[in-house]
Amino acid sequence: MTSGTASAPSAGPTPPSAPALIPPALAVRGLWKRFGDKIAVSDLDLDVPVGSFYGLVGPNGAGKTTTLSMSTGLLRPDFGQVWVHGQDLWADPTQVKMLLGVLPDGVRLFDRLTGAQLITYSGLLRGLDRDTVAARTTDLLQALDLTGDANNLVVDYSAGMTKKVALACALVHAPRLLVLDEPFEAVDPVSAANIRDILGTYVREGGGTVIVSSHVMDLVQRMCDHVAVIAGGRVLAAGTVDAVRGDGSLEDKFVELVGGRTTGQGLAWLRTS
Amino acid sequence: MVAHLLRLKLTLLRNGLRRSVWQTIGLGFAALYAFGAIGVAIPGLLLLGRSDAELIETVLVLMGSVLVLAWWIVPLVAFGVDATLDPARFVTFAIPRRDLLTGLALSGVLGIPGVTTAVVVLATVLAWWRQPGVALVALPCAVLSLATAIVGSRATTTALARVVGRRRYREFLTIVLIVPLFLLGPLMRGLATGVEQGLASMPAAARVVGWTPWGAAWAIPADVAAGAWGAAGLKLLIAVATLAGLVVVWDRALGRALVQPASSGSARRPVRGRGLGAFGRLPATPTGAVVARCLTYWVRDPRYAAGIVVVPLLPVLLYFSTGGGISDAMLLTGPIAAFLLGWTISADVAYDGTPFWTHVAAPISGRVDRTGRVLATGLIAVPVTLLLVVASVLVTGRVDALPAVLGASGGLLLTALGCSSVVSARVVYQVPLAGQNPFASQQGASMAAAASQLLGWSAILGLCLPALVLAGFSVGTGSVVLGVLALVVGIALGGVVLAVGIRSGGRTLDRSAPELLARMVSYT
Repeated sequence: MTSGTASAPSAGPTPPSAPALIPPALAVRGLWKRFGDKIAVSDLDLDVPVGSFYGLVGPNGAGKTTTLSMSTGLLRPDFGQVWVHGQDLWADPTQVKMLLGVLPDGVRLFDRLTGAQLITYSGLLRGLDRDTVAARTTDLLQALDLTGDANNLVVDYSAGMTKKVALACALVHAPRLLVLDEPFEAVDPVSAANIRDILGTYVREGGGTVIVSSHVMDLVQRMCDHVAVIAGGRVLAAGTVDAVRGDGSLEDKFVELVGGRTTGQGLAWLRTS
Repeated sequence: MVAHLLRLKLTLLRNGLRRSVWQTIGLGFAALYAFGAIGVAIPGLLLLGRSDAELIETVLVLMGSVLVLAWWIVPLVAFGVDATLDPARFVTFAIPRRDLLTGLALSGVLGIPGVTTAVVVLATVLAWWRQPGVALVALPCAVLSLATAIVGSRATTTALARVVGRRRYREFLTIVLIVPLFLLGPLMRGLATGVEQGLASMPAAARVVGWTPWGAAWAIPADVAAGAWGAAGLKLLIAVATLAGLVVVWDRALGRALVQPASSGSARRPVRGRGLGAFGRLPATPTGAVVARCLTYWVRDPRYAAGIVVVPLLPVLLYFSTGGGISDAMLLTGPIAAFLLGWTISADVAYDGTPFWTHVAAPISGRVDRTGRVLATGLIAVPVTLLLVVASVLVTGRVDALPAVLGASGGLLLTALGCSSVVSARVVYQVPLAGQNPFASQQGASMAAAASQLLGWSAILGLCLPALVLAGFSVGTGSVVLGVLALVVGIALGGVVLAVGIRSGGRTLDRSAPELLARMVSYT
C-alpha cells in the first residue's frame, strides 16, 4: 500500500526513470530498512521538487532520521532507490554526494577541531580552494553568530552552537540539495530566525532545495511550502502545505493522520495539592 | 532497594547480550576463561592444604594481596570498572546512600570477573581443610578480603573519576596511568630473578605483606593456626579499618559525584586554538584536509598520545630488559617504535566514532581517507623512527648496522601502515569516546579488538619477515652488504604492502563505509 500521493496533486508521482523535463531534487522509491526485528522504513516513496522548502514531520520513531540517512548516503537501504537530481545515489555515491549538504541528527562532530577548522575541513573535503573556503567560513561564522567562538573547540560548544556549526558545514560548498535533520533543535529563537532567513533566501534566490525534519508543526507550516507526514515508516500524506492541511492547521491534520492523542484527564493524581 | 539494583544490573546485562552477538561471544570466552581459572585454583588450593602452615600462609598472603591490589589498580589502567550501573544515573532518584553503596558493591560481584574472584577467594578456605578450626576463621576473613577488593575498586575509580572528569586532568591521567603498565615487563623480570635467587625470601616477604592493608585479612588464619592471637587481632583491626576507610572514601566520593556529576561542563576550561593550525599549512586538497585533521587529533586527543607514549620509554625498557647495560638489544628501539607507530592507526575509524559520518557524507573516495591518515602518521613516525635508529646505532657503536636497522624499521613502519589501513577499514569496535571516562568499559567489546590486533600483528611480522631476517643476519655477522640488502628489501616490500593496503582499504571503505558508520551509531 503506497500511501500518500493521493493528496499530493502538485508533487505528483514523477516516475524518476522517465526522462522528465526537470527531475525532482530528491526522488525516493520503495525504500525499506529493518533494524533487528523492527522495520524502521517500509516501502517509502517521496518526491521533493526542485526549489521547494520541504518539511518532513512525524512522531518519534516514525523513521524520519532513517529516511534522511538513506537519502544522503549515510545508511544503506535494504531495498529501494534514491535519485538526487536524477542521479542514482547508491549507484555512484561519490559523484552524487557533491550535490548534497547534510546535517544528520544523533551523531557527533569532529569536536576536537575549532569551529573554524571544522567548517574549513568540510569545505576542503569537497574540493573547494583555500581562498573560497576561508571567505565562506568567515561569512558563515558571522551569519550564524559564531565569530566569537570560531577558535574554540567544538566540544566546548553548547548544543545549539553545535547545531549551528554543523549547519555551516552543510552549507559551505553551496550544495544544490540541503538535507537537515532537526536543524532547530536546541537553537535559540534569534539564531533560528537567522537560519530560517538563510534557508529561505537560499531556496527563493539561490535556486536550492531544502528538506528539514522537525517536530514543530507550527514552524513547518510557516517556513515550508511542501510537507510530508511520516509515521510507522510510511508516508501518510505529502504535497504542498496548503493541500495537506486543508482548512485546519497542520498540527490538527497531523494529529488526525497519526492519531494517538489521549485525553488530558488520564493522570488524575498529577496535582501538587 | 538493594535487590532492585541487582535485578537492574542483571537486566542490563541480559539486554546487552541480546543486542550484540560480539558481546555474547566475548562473555562466552570470558566464562570459559573463568571456569579454567576456577578449575585450576580449587585443586591447587586443596593440594596446598597438604603442605605446612608457613607455605600456605606465604602463598595465600602473596597471591591474595596481588588479587586485591589488582582490583584496586587494574580498572584505572586497563579494562575500566564495569560501568553498567553508573552512579551518575541515580542522581535523580531518592535512594538512601547506604542502600546505593550496598547495591553497587554487590552488583560489582555480578559479572564474570566478580563471580570468579568471589569463588576463588571463598575457595581459599579449602587450603585449611586439615585444620577445620582455622578454616572457620578463614571463611569470614575471605569475605573481608573480597569486600576489600570490590569496595576498593569502586573507591579508587569513583574518587579519581572526579579528578579525571575535567578534560585536562583526564587526558593527563590517561597517559600517566598507562605508563606503569608498560614498565610491568622489567618489573616482572625483577620478580623472576627474585624467584630464581631462591624461594627462601618469599615467606619473609609474605610476613611483611601480611601487615599491609591489602594483605592483613589473608594473614589472619595463619596467625590463628600458629596461635599468635595478638598478631591476628592486630591484623583483623588493620583489615577492618581498611574496609571502613575504603567505604568512607567511596561514600564521600559518591556523595560529591551525585551532587556534581563529573561530566558537568562547568568545570571545563575552554581551549582556544589559534587560526586554522595544520589546515592553513597543508595543501588545500581533500587529502591534505584529512592529513590536517588527523594531525590536529594527534595533538588534541589523548587516546593517540596514549598509544605511542611507550615509544620514548623504549630505550629505557630495552636497557633494563638486558639486565642493565648497553647491548645490541638497544638496536631494537627503532624497529619496535616503527612497528608501534605504524600500528597506531589500526583502529582509526573506531577512534573517529560517529564523526566519521563527515567522511561518509563527503564526495571523497576511500583512497583519500586512507592516504590522509597514513600521511599524517608518517609525518610523525618517520622523523621519530629515523631519530631513534640513528641514536641507537651511535649509542651502541654499531654504525655498520645502520642500513640493516634502517631497513628493518622502514619495512616495519610501511608494512604496519599498510596493514592498519586494511584493518581499520574493516573492523570497528567500541572504544572510549574522545574525552569520555577512560575507566568505563563495555563488556565483550575487547574480543573484536583482540582478534584484529592478533591477526594484524601476525600479518605485519609475516610480511616483514624477509627484511627482518636479512637485518638480523647483518647485525649478527656485521655484514654491511646484507644490511644494504635488508634496507632495499624492507623499503621495497613495505612500499608494496602500503600501496596495496591503501588501495584495498580504500576499496573496502567505498564499498562499506555506511555499514561501518551504522555499527558505530549503534554503539551510542
